[in-house]
Amino acid sequence: MRALFAFVAGGLFGAGLFISGMTDTAKVQGWLDVFGTWDPTLAFVMGGAMIPMAIAWTLRQRRDTPVLGGTFPPPAPREIDRKLIAGSVMFGAGWGLAGLCPGPSLASLSYGGVGHWVFFAAMLAGMAIAPRLSLRLDRFVRAT
Amino acid sequence: MQMDWVFGLAGGLLIGLGGAVFLLANGKIMGASGIIGGLVDGSSRKNWQEPAAFLAGVVLLPILIFPLFSNVDTHITTNWAVLISAGLLVGVGTRIANGCTSGHGVCGMSRLAPRGFVATIAYIVAGGVGMYVFRHILGII
Repeated sequence: MRALFAFVAGGLFGAGLFISGMTDTAKVQGWLDVFGTWDPTLAFVMGGAMIPMAIAWTLRQRRDTPVLGGTFPPPAPREIDRKLIAGSVMFGAGWGLAGLCPGPSLASLSYGGVGHWVFFAAMLAGMAIAPRLSLRLDRFVRAT
Repeated sequence: MQMDWVFGLAGGLLIGLGGAVFLLANGKIMGASGIIGGLVDGSSRKNWQEPAAFLAGVVLLPILIFPLFSNVDTHITTNWAVLISAGLLVGVGTRIANGCTSGHGVCGMSRLAPRGFVATIAYIVAGGVGMYVFRHILGII
């Protein structure tokens, strides 16, 4: 049952990414290209996605447990650390270079062609080495 | 195209609906990098069925609705060096920052999480600066 609802959630996410145009790297790069031909579509996608999600967070307050049992995620941590900034800057640079982030890279695998598989494979490799880099970063931050 | 914002808004609503289902039914935050990364580094390997089913939905639904649209072009670069560097940066960066556009952006900002706003500003500014440097100064993309 948990897997079924996860599949439905993933399906909505994938369909939304496809319909919104966020798997089109030109639209994402167009949003970031403030000094070129700027494309505002991403703002509508983000705005549209925040509406059901904000309602969901409100509904979450009225429940003790999720519908399928288990526990809700803990309250959002408030700590802003260097890893959040450093990681997000790295992610942003890669996002601009290829015009893909993790969700759309997955949603476009079936129809995007070989370039999407190359990006996806490199992203998985990056995710595999990230825990080790993260540990080094921790040591570096403590040493400075 | 002039109708792009309509599709953007409609697609955005579906994305948010997916996040709402995942939160209220499964009790999980819909963050693509966390769900993929958890399977890659083994941190979610014990309960792999739930993240795997989510990822299957993300991959499969576009196949089903693909025939309804014509001229789908993702305009992806053919430069493998760019694709590989970008993929590595996205993979490492999202795991170190513990989230991407869906986790920090959609799910974080909608619950007014300070980390969500900081991360989103950081990756949009980095992406914008990167775009200026890569496209308008270096001319590689």
